[in-house]
Amino acid sequence: MNAARKLACVVVVGVCAVSLAANWLAPSGYAKQFREAPSAPPSHQHRLGTDEVGRDRFARVLYGTRISLLLAPAAALVSTVLAALVGGLAGYLGGIWLRLARGCTDLFLSLPWLFLLITVRALLPLNVSPLLSVLITFLILGLLGWAASARVLSTSADALRNSDFILQARASGLHGPRLFLVHVLPNLKPVLYAQFWISIPVFILSEANLGILGLGVAEPLPSWGSLLRELEGLISFREEPWRLVPLLLLIVVMTSFQMLLSNEEVTA
Amino acid sequence: MLLRKMLPPKTQLRKIAGHLARKLGAIAALVLLGGLLSATLVRLAPGFDADERELDPTLNAESVRALRQSRAGEHNILSFYAGYLRGAIHGDLGTSHALGQPVQSLLRERWPVTLRVAGVGLLLAWLLASILAFTACLGRRPAFEILGTSVSGAFLCVPAAVLALLSVILNAPGYLAIALIVFPRIYRYSRNLLAKAYTFPHVTAARARGLGEIRILAWHVLPVAGPQMIALAGITVSIALGASIPVEALCGLPGIGQLAWQAALSRDLPLLVNLTVLVTLVTLLANSGADVMIYMLNSSRSDGRIRPCADRNSAIVNAL
Repeated sequence: MNAARKLACVVVVGVCAVSLAANWLAPSGYAKQFREAPSAPPSHQHRLGTDEVGRDRFARVLYGTRISLLLAPAAALVSTVLAALVGGLAGYLGGIWLRLARGCTDLFLSLPWLFLLITVRALLPLNVSPLLSVLITFLILGLLGWAASARVLSTSADALRNSDFILQARASGLHGPRLFLVHVLPNLKPVLYAQFWISIPVFILSEANLGILGLGVAEPLPSWGSLLRELEGLISFREEPWRLVPLLLLIVVMTSFQMLLSNEEVTA
Repeated sequence: MLLRKMLPPKTQLRKIAGHLARKLGAIAALVLLGGLLSATLVRLAPGFDADERELDPTLNAESVRALRQSRAGEHNILSFYAGYLRGAIHGDLGTSHALGQPVQSLLRERWPVTLRVAGVGLLLAWLLASILAFTACLGRRPAFEILGTSVSGAFLCVPAAVLALLSVILNAPGYLAIALIVFPRIYRYSRNLLAKAYTFPHVTAARARGLGEIRILAWHVLPVAGPQMIALAGITVSIALGASIPVEALCGLPGIGQLAWQAALSRDLPLLVNLTVLVTLVTLLANSGADVMIYMLNSSRSDGRIRPCADRNSAIVNAL
């Protein structure tokens, strides 16, 4: 691991650790309103000032980071498992199953990602509790984000199906699920890991886009998307630069993810 | 005479026509399937049966019954979709619940805006990405490489909606935001393609023979990277269409992206079905156009063994 990747790793772990310590670092919580100080500038009491309804922005950034950084990997796990099931199995079975899976992924990939997300999000109720909105948002990301990974996995599994050691295993009498679980799946692990790590930043950005468009996590729960939505009222950068902190944090974390995902992993 | 020389032979033309027919068939099947899928999702969506107008206290029981009766045909998914298709064939795409206007007129009004904004954005993105990618590969200096990678990397880290917001704050046009959203994806992929093409032995041999850089690029690098670049061009149409949603919604541009956003916020499900079919059709046509171009390019080569789908598949996976 080179120095840049080490630094990126430290940044991601550090941001995760700080967000997990939100209860101690910002005991006032993300929803408490300081009604005597709405839209206040940074002070000793409110390190990043307050928002329009007087909520501590520093607390909201910490809690929002926790939600985005913990749930994006959960969504990535869901999408990777789905991709392994659809792509991995289709590639292993080959023939009509492979063609069916490729047709299915073609269908999913034929729609722009953000369009697919907002369409499916719109089909579910928008007026739900904040907790349910978090679950819906990240579940949608997980359930819809499997197509590109499934395509990669189906190609890898297809190549494995025709490999010598699988032929030998077949000749030795190993068939069906056992062959898939014992020989195919372990060999797909590097691709699965790569797809899992690639999905995390994609889902973080997607949640941010949904949040800014008002289709993400519902108030008062914060997430990077809902925090970035505050930029909508910004007239100039010089006016209230502290409002850019969530954006800077997002850029730092995303850059770290990019550095962590080396070329070899991305193309694995 | 010259035109006849430029055209592929008759057998190849027949092959290309067959390929085109297969592609069009696949597009039609995928669009119909996509429409059915979205109609099914719409039908299963919670609150599909509810109509806010039923809550109007001025309506009597008979009017409420008439309202319910008007939606009775939408209960069965297949009959709902068949009715939609029947209407679509006759040019009737239904009426938007939220905007109270025929969907057809909404699409007709808004499509040119998206076409202009996304089209100009796409052109700018390709121009910027190509300049940076070619400079990085031709210059062969770490400075160009670092500049291109860091600029594209920075834009990749920013959500599309934030770039749209920033364009509003800075009074920049919407197409610029689309260009900045699409450009890093084009740059990364095309730079990698060009860099890979430059490592081939025939390029080294050409260099050893003293060929100029421009000639090497035009005759030895671009023909290798070309098919995948064309595939990427097809994919970028889809990326630009996706980017047009936040850009049009936040910059106040009355295009298809803004319409999709409004339909999503107001849960205007009939409008969403139509938009899904339209966007699927445009994306598939763009991808298939790229496929056909690659096929024609490969057919005109002596080996003709490169499969267009392989180029497109790798472009999809790498660009998305």
